[in-house]
Amino acid sequence: MSGDDTTFVRETLAPARKAPVVTTGLVGFLRTRLFNSPFNIALTLVSAVLAWLVLEPTVRFLFVDAVWTGTDRNACLASNAGHPVGACWPFIQAKFTQLIYGFYPEDQRWRANLTFALGALLLAPLLVPRLPGKILNAGLFFIAFPFVAFFLLRGGGLNGFAFYWLVELFGVAWKPSLTRFWLDFSLTAAFGMALMILLGGGWRNGRRAGIVTALTFAGIALVIETLHLDQGGLPVVDTRQWGGLLVTLVVSITGIVASMPIGIALALGRTSQIPLLRIFSVAFIEFWRGVPLITVLFFATYMLPLFLPGDFTIDALVRVLVGIALFAGAYNAEVIRGGLLAIPRGQREAANALGLSYWKTTGLIVLPQALRHVIPALVNSFIALFKDTTLVLIVAIFDLLGQLRAAFADPTWATPTTLFTGFAFTGIIYWVGCFAMSRYSLFVERRLNAHRRT
Amino acid sequence: MRVLSGGTGWKGIVGQLAFAGLLAWLVSDIVINARANLQAQHIASGFGFLSGTAGFSVNQALIRYSEADTYLRVFEVGLLNTLLVSIIGIVFATLIGFAVALGRLSPNWLLARLSEGYVEIIRNLPLLFQLLFWYLAVLAALPNPRQSLSVFGLAFLNNRGFVVPHVVPEQGASVFVVAILAAIAASLAMTVYARRRLYKSGERLRVWPLALVLLAGLPLLSTILFGAPVSLDFPALRGFNFAGGTRVTPELVALAIALSTYTAAFIAEIVRGGLLAVPKGQMEAGASLGLSRPAILRLVIIPQAMRLILPPLTNQYLNLTKNSSLAVAIGYPDLFSVFAGTALSQTGQAVEIIAMTMAVYLAISLVTSALMNLYGWHLDRSQRA
Repeated sequence: MSGDDTTFVRETLAPARKAPVVTTGLVGFLRTRLFNSPFNIALTLVSAVLAWLVLEPTVRFLFVDAVWTGTDRNACLASNAGHPVGACWPFIQAKFTQLIYGFYPEDQRWRANLTFALGALLLAPLLVPRLPGKILNAGLFFIAFPFVAFFLLRGGGLNGFAFYWLVELFGVAWKPSLTRFWLDFSLTAAFGMALMILLGGGWRNGRRAGIVTALTFAGIALVIETLHLDQGGLPVVDTRQWGGLLVTLVVSITGIVASMPIGIALALGRTSQIPLLRIFSVAFIEFWRGVPLITVLFFATYMLPLFLPGDFTIDALVRVLVGIALFAGAYNAEVIRGGLLAIPRGQREAANALGLSYWKTTGLIVLPQALRHVIPALVNSFIALFKDTTLVLIVAIFDLLGQLRAAFADPTWATPTTLFTGFAFTGIIYWVGCFAMSRYSLFVERRLNAHRRT
Repeated sequence: MRVLSGGTGWKGIVGQLAFAGLLAWLVSDIVINARANLQAQHIASGFGFLSGTAGFSVNQALIRYSEADTYLRVFEVGLLNTLLVSIIGIVFATLIGFAVALGRLSPNWLLARLSEGYVEIIRNLPLLFQLLFWYLAVLAALPNPRQSLSVFGLAFLNNRGFVVPHVVPEQGASVFVVAILAAIAASLAMTVYARRRLYKSGERLRVWPLALVLLAGLPLLSTILFGAPVSLDFPALRGFNFAGGTRVTPELVALAIALSTYTAAFIAEIVRGGLLAVPKGQMEAGASLGLSRPAILRLVIIPQAMRLILPPLTNQYLNLTKNSSLAVAIGYPDLFSVFAGTALSQTGQAVEIIAMTMAVYLAISLVTSALMNLYGWHLDRSQRA
């Protein structure tokens, strides 16, 4: 700087700046998120009014004005209660067993309860990623549990195993007896073990598979002994007597369990190199995905019996289950295919280079990774399935919603608020189920993407 | 050879042959069984039943229909009713869905939570549950016609449905429609011209005042010259019910409400996902180019988000159309309800009727997917160019 001095030095302190607007704490929150501009203030006010209009009557209906005790509709009439009546909870108390079990015989209800408990006991550890023994657990839940549940819920026993079926197939009468039953069982077990050892690659490599098979058969024997399946089992409860939440759970869990193998097979078919298989899978998937579930249920109810030999009848519930399994299988196939496509090619190539066959590559390398990838999407499709089970009421199967509808017809409980009460109760059950599953799906997704988080 | 075997040699060919054989055996078995069963039940197969007299009434028909009409006519009536409720549902679901998505993205905390609550509640309840709720609980709880809820004295809501003014076309109607179409065409042409001009010379033409004048003026002119295009027949309470006007059945109202609110929850999530997926930098880049905020949204964000939104959105529209078959639960006469429901139980032609019903839904799905694929292919190409 030469000559004239242009430097400037402030001689007085600059005046203190105004304190910045608080952006933390309650006040800051109000200022930044609710009342920061005239438009936002208007939005806040409108939203607040809206929220009040929704929440206030809901709380009032469910709790404040609700009637809690009573034996029939008189308790839920405004003239008797002395105040405007909200929810009529005695209605739910009176219909509770119907909503949960349908017309399942009262003295047999412990079987349904036991099935619920067993299912919960097997499912809970499966959902916690940290717990060990996932394969055993999944096997028990997805394969063993459906069979046990079938014999628990429906009842009835077994006449025999593989040899019995073979004999039946050739039309020879089989006189069931205990000795024959257990002989057949041991022979089937021995045969199964031998087959597994052989398929596993001889004694040296297949020993493990053989032991697993033996243990499986030991488990089967245990179940047979406890339920006395060899002596006719529990008394048969016809599926027409099932209803309510029981049917909802049976349909959704069977749908989930049965749609998985169908989905995996179709997904593999669609990604397969073999043209015929691929074309078939694409056509199959697109067909089921292109039609509404109701048409599928009607198809299963009215057309499936036509496709079977005349003397062969299947239970109405089973027909519906077949339809739902095929429908859900097609949707699962697309989800699983997404997972298969997400696995880098190198994985398959590396497995090939190690000399693994197609099935070993797929079963040991590709599928486990692909399935892990798509757990969240699968859970989402299970949510859709769970919601879709309500459609069975259209083909006269009384699931939770169907039972609710039937309960509305009861004149002993006809009050102005009965309908809303019933919808509130079932709505809470459905909502909790779906919401829990969607949160679980989010949880798994976050876990799977943990390495990507920034 | 390699293509046929899928590159797996003879093993592949043998596998395919075995698969084809299995399939053929299954199909032939099914056909044989079905034929035997139908014969046992004395049901004639074939589509001859379509020309038979239906003999039942349908409480809502967009085309002329009477009990003396054929099953084919029933099919058409049902199809049109399905399309009607689907289109109404799609329009409202889109509107509600976009509004809720914007609400969830709003910086306003309360509005965002409210929108989130809407999505979480609606999405986690079965559609059939909601449909029955609206139909059995809400609409049935409405007052009877004498105590109707009035909408400005023009339309009335009661437990027998929604009564709206009936629109009667008058003499000037055709000219009026032509006038509107001409105005729309002229406005579009002007917009295109203005954009060309902008790209060529950078000169911005203001089109919208002129377009507005055209859109309002031409129809007005036609009304003045040729008379009013329509007259409204207002509903009026006579005795215990309404005379005049058009009654929208409670079934249609319930179905439209349930379908649009349910699908809207899914659309809201799709739209929100699409808007969030556009990188933040895009907005900042737009701002640094000096574009205004609405211009950024319109020219930068929305075109990119649309690309992500459109395929799942179409999927939701398809779902809505397929879900409209739930109408059977409340007795709205859609395709499924009148054809696969009533007509099936009357004729017993399960195979033909279910096949026809499935084919309609399948055709709608496949055509829409084909259009979507075409759009995706077009996008791919334009992105590469």
